[in-house]
Amino acid sequence: MAEALAKSDFIGKEHSSGPKDITLISRPTAKTGLISWLTTVDHKKIGMMYGSFAIIFFLIGGLEALLIRTQLMFPNSRVIDATTYNQLFTMHGTTMIFLAVMPLNAAFFNLLIPIQIGARDVAFPRLNAFSLWAWVVGAVLLNIGWLSYVNDAARQAFGGAPGVGWFGYAPLTSKAFTPLLSTDLWAMGLQVLGLSSIVASLNFIVTIINMRAPGLTMMRLPVFCWMALVTSFLLILALPAIAIALVEVLFDRNFGTNFFEVSGGGQPILWQHLFWVFGHPEVYILILPPMGYVSEILPTFSRKPLFGYPIIVFSGAAIGFIGFGVWSHHMFTTGLGNVATAAFSIATMAIAVPTGVKIFNWIGTLWGGQIVMRTPMMFAIGFIWMFMLGGFSGIMHSAAPADAQQQDSYFVIAHFHYVLIGGATFALLAAIHYWFPKFFGRLVPEFWGKVSFWLIFVGFNVTFFPMHFLGLNGMPRRTWTYDANMGWNEGNFIATMGAYLLGVGIFTYFAVLIYTYFKGEKCGNDPWDARTLEWSIPSPPPEYNFKAIPTVHARDAYWYEKNHADEIAHERADHMKAESSHGGIHMPDSSWYPLLACIGLFIGTYNFIQLKLPVMFGGSQIAASHLPFAIAGGVILFTCCYLWSLEGPGGYHIHIDDEGNETVTRSH
Amino acid sequence: MSSHAAAGTIDHHHDASTSTGIPNKKLLWWAFLASDCMFFGTLISTHLVYRLNPPPGNAEPTKVFNIELTSFSTFILLMSSLLMALAVNAIQRGQVKSMRTMLLGTMFFGCIFLGGQVFEFSHFVHVKKMTLSNSLFGSTFYTLTGTHGTHVAIGVLLLGLMYVRSFKPAHSHGTFGDLGLTLFHVLAVCTAMGLSFILIIPGFLDMLESGSGLGAFFSHHTMPLIGLAIAGAVLGWFAKTSGNSDFDQRNAIDVEAIGLYWHFVDIVWIVIFTAVYLIEYL
Repeated sequence: MAEALAKSDFIGKEHSSGPKDITLISRPTAKTGLISWLTTVDHKKIGMMYGSFAIIFFLIGGLEALLIRTQLMFPNSRVIDATTYNQLFTMHGTTMIFLAVMPLNAAFFNLLIPIQIGARDVAFPRLNAFSLWAWVVGAVLLNIGWLSYVNDAARQAFGGAPGVGWFGYAPLTSKAFTPLLSTDLWAMGLQVLGLSSIVASLNFIVTIINMRAPGLTMMRLPVFCWMALVTSFLLILALPAIAIALVEVLFDRNFGTNFFEVSGGGQPILWQHLFWVFGHPEVYILILPPMGYVSEILPTFSRKPLFGYPIIVFSGAAIGFIGFGVWSHHMFTTGLGNVATAAFSIATMAIAVPTGVKIFNWIGTLWGGQIVMRTPMMFAIGFIWMFMLGGFSGIMHSAAPADAQQQDSYFVIAHFHYVLIGGATFALLAAIHYWFPKFFGRLVPEFWGKVSFWLIFVGFNVTFFPMHFLGLNGMPRRTWTYDANMGWNEGNFIATMGAYLLGVGIFTYFAVLIYTYFKGEKCGNDPWDARTLEWSIPSPPPEYNFKAIPTVHARDAYWYEKNHADEIAHERADHMKAESSHGGIHMPDSSWYPLLACIGLFIGTYNFIQLKLPVMFGGSQIAASHLPFAIAGGVILFTCCYLWSLEGPGGYHIHIDDEGNETVTRSH
Repeated sequence: MSSHAAAGTIDHHHDASTSTGIPNKKLLWWAFLASDCMFFGTLISTHLVYRLNPPPGNAEPTKVFNIELTSFSTFILLMSSLLMALAVNAIQRGQVKSMRTMLLGTMFFGCIFLGGQVFEFSHFVHVKKMTLSNSLFGSTFYTLTGTHGTHVAIGVLLLGLMYVRSFKPAHSHGTFGDLGLTLFHVLAVCTAMGLSFILIIPGFLDMLESGSGLGAFFSHHTMPLIGLAIAGAVLGWFAKTSGNSDFDQRNAIDVEAIGLYWHFVDIVWIVIFTAVYLIEYL
């Protein structure tokens, strides 16, 4: 196997001195500076860009939440007008799901998967760059409507940011109710984000299945990689449903079809089904990677192997599988009929079983361990506790009669914030803290990490725990304001105070990270005395990750290496020799085309959604319709993809001598 | 570049450089096809849901359909899969010329199918008065079959690009001249295929339908036919003048990957033909 890998293209053979690849733009070779980031195909750089964009949007989404809470602090408040309020809660949900949690997960997929499986990059590095830039296009399309608040011409065209709710129920999305572009931007933005996610997921599926180091069997794969694999399958199978539904909405709005138009025989309920066929697996897309982070962090700080590895893996797969059969529990009050309601109710209860199994296994990991209470561990334990609370209220919804009372109330808000903040976000904050030293080489100060944890933990609970009571007392979801005599005053005031505290906590958390980036204490390869392969390489990792592709001997691969140093040193030396005899470490070249293709994608999609409108520039009309621009965008996209295929994978070789000096050779 | 590094005989069913032995490209396509199943699944569901709950005044499918024509183009599409399989087989044995012939045949059959669809759509719109927006059946029918047609068209395009790729000179220097020739070659393929399925084949079918005779067909389609002849001459010139190309067994995986897609699109059509057309005649 090692021999076979050493012979493969990826590790490097002498590039045949055959014909040259045809290129229009020569391939960039910069290793630092702006161009190196724009054209990079390195999974670590791509991961960092995903991460930083996602954190920016996480803060924007948080700001939107604070505005919402400010409006709800007192009864009959008029701080924000109702239309803006609609846009704020729509964009808060959309941003947090698609532009914060999903790309943060994508960031960790990029940063960790190749290293944890002992590879040097993903299977298709340029495709990976395309996913990143396509994601940026989607994010811009979704948010461009905010320009309405600074520019009058934009307000007349867009009519504000999208304001139809994050699940955009028909017929609210029809032209009759939202005539301006904001809804088209929402639909097209999500469409492009879906494209980005599908492409990225295909890449990760191939990477995880096909690029594992020798000896790394599927049942030795780190749990995080397993969860990433299940998540990727969920993405490629769930996103098509919403992609088609969004196409149908765009057709209804722009080409006069009747998919969701009641007057033409369409049925709005179809939108709900199609949306939730995607939307429910999406919940697991958000939470499975966090379950992976926690499964990596808990064993490290319990000084024990993960308890019940196989059953945790199978539970993750089972959650993914059952997750496709529970979508209608979002629709219990639509009148599905008794049989359907009962079936979805039972399936929803069933999905609690694998979830509970995981929680018991995490507790089993802690049990009898020598627990080290570092900041990532505190977030991880916070995750278990808070996610469990969210799970309990989730189980309450699975009983359809009870759900009929909770539907569309603040009880639901409380439930999914416990799952998405107490669950997904806590785990992500744990993961950022845990892997920060690996990718920046500096350790986050423990005191400030713990301060931010307690601020976030207390702020979060003060914000969302009262919402359970508000909901059960009848406060409806998405209400812009409420009367003073409803009995909701205290709950709302406490929640808003909690939200400010949570905001302070999040600010502290990221301020400390920024401080650490510049001034933090430097650390070695393995500050946590951890167990997976990423800790065996320098912090920050070199571009080729591994000097020699490792052979994996055990589930906790690096733990085994630490305990078998002599054996591993021999093996490493052999691998190094095998690789250098086959031409050294092969690295892929950077490329302009993924970025350029996405610029075409932006031009095409932005103009497509306003196809029939005249093109205005500086107050005068310069074209009768956007069609030529839409076509131009499509042509740029296609041409760039074609030139991308013509330029070939390219690449160069790195040779490392005995003293660790690197030399780079190119075969042409 | 192929993922097979070793010279000499190539095992087309096992790639030693991956953990599973499946080439990365093939695995990528399989995963994409799984995803594509869900795209079509959603479209077919939408169609069937609205067929089971038709609004008043909905178009009547059996009065709109021309089942003989669709059966014929279905047959042609299925036969194109045979040619596709032969193309893959040829390149796995290193027979580039034979592969090119089979690729052109596959593309031609694909164009007949697409031409049939163009004819069908324009017939439905202009004669049967069923548009995208005037009935729910029209909305679901055009979206579903249009998406499938787009898949076939993309398939034809991919085959065309692969066809051009098979001419990449063995001693290319990566110059702008080479790039220009390649793009010109692509343009010729696209022109030939585009004219065929957008104008010429629908025109031919129209002639058969109306019984207006070959003379009328030629006089109505003089320009497209001349365009096709020129594009064909360019393609012939490329085929004649090309020397050794940088294309052999090692590229079989690339052809096979497009083949997977092509067969998949055919299988989807079997489902659509059954669920959208045949079921209406029960």
